[in-house]
Amino acid sequence: MLILQLALQSLRNRALTTVLTLASIALSVTLLVGVEHVRAGVRESFSGTIRGTDLIVGARGGTLQLLLSSVFGMGQPAGSVQWDTYQRWAQHPAVSWTIPISLGDSHRGFRVIGTTEAFYEHFRFRRDGRVEFAAGAAPADEHDVAIGAEVAARLGYGVGDTIVIAHGLADIGASDHEAHPFVISGIIARNFTPIDRAVYVSLEGLEAMHEEPEATGPAAMPGATPPAMPGATPPPMPGASPPVLAMPGAEPPPGAFDAVPRPQRAAPTPHEDHEGHVDGDEHDDHAPELISAFFVGTKNRMESLNVQREINTDLGEPLTAVIPGVALAELWQGIGNAEVGLKVVAGFTVLIGLTGMLVALYSSLESRRREMAILRAVGAGPRTIISLLVLESGLLSVLGSALGVGLVYLSLFLAQGPVEQRFGLFVPIRALGATEWTYVAVVIGAGFLVGLVPALKAYRSSLVDGLAPRV
Amino acid sequence: MSAAGQAVAVRDLRFAYGRGPAVVDIPALDIARGESVFLYGPSGSGKTTLLGLIAGVLQPGAGRVEVLGVDLAQRSASARDAFRAEHVGYVFQQFNLIPYLSVRDNITLPCRLHGARRARLAGVSLQDAARAMAAELQIEALLERPVTDLSVGQQQRVAAARALIGHPELVIADEPTSALDTDRREAFLSLLFASCARAKATLLFVSHDLTLQPLFSQALDLTALNRAAHPSAV
Repeated sequence: MLILQLALQSLRNRALTTVLTLASIALSVTLLVGVEHVRAGVRESFSGTIRGTDLIVGARGGTLQLLLSSVFGMGQPAGSVQWDTYQRWAQHPAVSWTIPISLGDSHRGFRVIGTTEAFYEHFRFRRDGRVEFAAGAAPADEHDVAIGAEVAARLGYGVGDTIVIAHGLADIGASDHEAHPFVISGIIARNFTPIDRAVYVSLEGLEAMHEEPEATGPAAMPGATPPAMPGATPPPMPGASPPVLAMPGAEPPPGAFDAVPRPQRAAPTPHEDHEGHVDGDEHDDHAPELISAFFVGTKNRMESLNVQREINTDLGEPLTAVIPGVALAELWQGIGNAEVGLKVVAGFTVLIGLTGMLVALYSSLESRRREMAILRAVGAGPRTIISLLVLESGLLSVLGSALGVGLVYLSLFLAQGPVEQRFGLFVPIRALGATEWTYVAVVIGAGFLVGLVPALKAYRSSLVDGLAPRV
Repeated sequence: MSAAGQAVAVRDLRFAYGRGPAVVDIPALDIARGESVFLYGPSGSGKTTLLGLIAGVLQPGAGRVEVLGVDLAQRSASARDAFRAEHVGYVFQQFNLIPYLSVRDNITLPCRLHGARRARLAGVSLQDAARAMAAELQIEALLERPVTDLSVGQQQRVAAARALIGHPELVIADEPTSALDTDRREAFLSLLFASCARAKATLLFVSHDLTLQPLFSQALDLTALNRAAHPSAV
C-alpha cells in the first residue's frame, strides 16, 4: 500500500516524463487495438456483403468464381442456369425463397443485373441490412431500372432519367440497346456493398431489351462472339489477373473486374441455343430462358447443407451450390494476408512505446539513486525497491493502455461516420475482443517486465552503493 | 564481550567491495549504549563503509558486527533490513529527503515502512508522533510543506526527526552538518543531542571536522582503528 502510494507520488513528481511516457504507450496501444478494430471491421464489412442467403447456385464451376461474379460483381460466372432448372430448385420443398440474377450487360462501366422483386425483398447484407431506396422505388415494369448510390452519384442520375444499357462491355456505343431505354425508378440508398455500383432491372426488362431490334454492333451479333464454354473462362481470381477479356473484337474493360460481362443470351452454348428454340414462342412474354445464378434461402438453415448436396449431386443440369459464408472465408484467407502487415507495424509501434518507457525509467534512475539509498536507510529491502520501480512502470503501462483503449473508442465515436462516408468502411463500435485483450495484457505484462530492468539495476547498485551512492 | 549493554561491538571485521582490496579491516571497536560517539577520519578511511556495515546494509566478508547484541553478520539481508528499520535511525550528509513526499510523510516513512518501528510509538498515533518530533526539532510549521521548499538546515532537521521517530536505540549520522554553515551547525547539533538524550539513543556521529569533537562523550579515530584505511592525500 505504501509502495503504491510512493509509486504514485513519484510518478506525479516527474509529471512531464510521466505524461510523455503515458502518451507514447497510449498511442501505441491505440494503434494496436485500433488496427485490430479496423481489421475486424474490414472483415465484417467484407463478410457482411451477403447475409441471410443460405446458398448461391450457378453453373458448375469454382466456388470463388461463383461468389465473385454473383456477389462482388467481379469476373463472370462459369456458365448459365436454365430457367427451367432454376424453377425446379425454386420449388424444392426445403427452399423458402430464391433470387434469380442475370448478368452480362452494363451501363457505362457499371454492371447491369437482371433480377426479380425477390431481390428487394430477401437480399440482406451486414447484420440485417436490406435494400432500401434513397429516392423512388423498385422497378415496377420492364422499362424501369433501379441504380446503386455510387452509380447515381458518379453519373449524376436522378429518378425519372432515361438510360440505355450496353450489351456486354461498357462504353461501346455500337452495342447499346438503344431501342429499349430504361427509366430510373429508384436510387438505392448507399449501403457500402457492391450494390452501390450496380444497376438493377427486371429479368423481363432484360429479356425484352435483348429482343428489340437493335442498332447492330459486333458484340450483339450472334456468332461474332464465340460461346463462352464452362471451363473455357479463366477463373477470375483477384491478383491472378487472367486475360479477363476472352472475346476477340471487343475492347478491354475500363476496370480490371469492373464490368466483364458475358453476353449469354447473344452467345448461348449450343445446348442453350437449342433450348432457346424450343421456348421461342414464349418470347412475347419476355420470359427469360437463362439466368446466371440464383440465391437461395432455405426454410430451415439446417436444411441448406442437404439442399447444397442435392444440387451438387443432381444428375440434371450440372450446377454448383456454395454456402456464402464458407466461400467468403475461403476468399478472405486468400486476400487477408495484408492484415499481417498491419499487425506487424502495430507490434513495432508497441515495441517503440515500451522502449520509450524503458528509456524514461532508466534515465530517471540515476537521479533516483539517492532516493533508493534513503529508502534503504529507513529499512526498505531490495525487494521493496524492485517493487517500487516495477510498480511504477506497471502503473504507466496500465494507465497508458487504458488511455489508449479510451482513445480508440473516442476516435471510433468521432470518426465512425466520416470514415463510413468517405471510405465505405463501417468499423463497428464493439467491446474488446479476445485478441485485443491479449494485446493489452501483453503491453501491460511487458510494462512490468520493462520496469524490472532498471529495478534490477537499482537493486544491484543499492547493494554495492550501500547508503552512499557513488557518483 | 558481546554484552547486550554494548550498542556496537565489532570484532575482526573485514570487508571489500567485490573482489577489490579490503576497505575495512577492524580488529575491535566498541561503543557503549547511551554514548555520543564522534568517529573521525579523512576521506578514504572507510567511514561510510563501516556505517553501511553497522547499519546492516552491507554484508561483512568476515568477522562480527554486533549491534544491540545482535550479530548482523549472521543475519540474512532481509533480517538486517528489518533490524535497521526497527532499531536504527540514519541521517545522511545531505539530500536526506524523498523529494516527492511532504515533510510529514518523510518523517513518518520508517514507521509506515515497518510495523515494528511503528509499534515503538507505544500507542501514540503516527501523526502525533510526527508532530512531536517536528516540535522537538523546531520544524513544526513546515510539516505540510513540500521538502523542495526547505533550506538545507531545515532539511537536515527533518532528516533528524525521521531518524529519531519511534525512538530507535542507535542513531547514525554521516557528516550531517558538513553542508551547514557554522551557526546552523551548532543549532542542529544541540537539537540532535537533546533528542538523542531524550530517546536514550546511542549517537554515532561521523565527521572529519575535528572542531566538533569536544561536544561528544567519546571519540574514535578511524585511521587508527581500520588497518585497511587508505587516507587519500587530499
